[in-house]
Amino acid sequence: MSTKTMIGAAYLASAVAGAVAAGAMTTTAAQAQEKEKCYGVAMAGQNDCAAGPGTTCKGTSSVDYQGNSWKLVDAGTCATMELPGDRMGSLEPLERDLPS
Amino acid sequence: MPQPNNPAGAAFAGPFAAPLLDPDRPTPPGVAGPGAKAGDVRYNVYRNNVTVSLIEALADTFPAVRRIVGEAFFRDMARLYVRREPPRSPLLFDYGHGFAAFIDGFDHTRPLPWLGDVARIERAWLDAYHAADRAPLAPEKLAVVPHDALPALRFEPHPAMRIVRSAYPAVTIFAANRASGPVGKILERDGEDALVTRPALEVFVRRLPPGGAAFLTLLCAGKPLGEAAAKASEAEPRFDLGANIAGMMEAGAFADIFVPAA
Repeated sequence: MSTKTMIGAAYLASAVAGAVAAGAMTTTAAQAQEKEKCYGVAMAGQNDCAAGPGTTCKGTSSVDYQGNSWKLVDAGTCATMELPGDRMGSLEPLERDLPS
Repeated sequence: MPQPNNPAGAAFAGPFAAPLLDPDRPTPPGVAGPGAKAGDVRYNVYRNNVTVSLIEALADTFPAVRRIVGEAFFRDMARLYVRREPPRSPLLFDYGHGFAAFIDGFDHTRPLPWLGDVARIERAWLDAYHAADRAPLAPEKLAVVPHDALPALRFEPHPAMRIVRSAYPAVTIFAANRASGPVGKILERDGEDALVTRPALEVFVRRLPPGGAAFLTLLCAGKPLGEAAAKASEAEPRFDLGANIAGMMEAGAFADIFVPAA
């Protein structure tokens, strides 16, 4: 190896072990903040399906709770979302409330 | 731009498109106004639509830059950029890769020397957003690598991972101007390197610790863990290997690991 500093396997092992242990503690927090795509819960014009230009669907849903529009919500909460008129959120696009 | 398949269409579209972004060129022949008058006014509608749509695309891609310089300044600067570097692809989300370099060389933003780096982070944000979906490397997989295999371990970058290095506090400026609240006085003075990742659906921008950008760049280039750690700590005395590995795992910077066959 051409580098002057040699890093031993034991040092690498302790760094990796420490990092993985630290990761295990933060994973729970990170998972709690994870998002999922939730279809059929966004109000008209407030779907998040995209960011940046050329993505023509951001903010374009024309019907409240449109079935094929999605919004990012906290993971694990989508399917339990209760909406007016006995609607529920879904992780898959829905056939209901499509614009005519 | 893709041309229509029929030759008559191509013969029309070529001369029609060429002057769209250049107001000094004459209206193409064949464009006529009402009552056989010259078609300048009508053609200018197309000129305006093309230019404005590209300025809007840049405004959507670079919201922090737009907020920093203000709407009017941004649109003037973007118009000059659009004329100098029109898109080469019809995919607008892919436009503006040269905008940061353009800002670096733009006379009127010289008092804001960090603005180009903020634009680089914003472009990287959108690259990460549109990158391929892939599960990041699981910590359990790293944890079970035998100790004697660690020095030769290689890392495969996650498709959404980007590194932006800056001699200015670009991450702090980016974050303050992407947030919805008011931007206070920014006290940071030191350079900040950004790590942009999208482990799942959301894009994250993190400040890298000292030596982190060099370390991750070496890993991305396929250098083994032992060599990358050695070079990074030689270049930066404050380099903390454990913190860097923990940070890159948490960010989801890599997708996989492998040990090359000897």
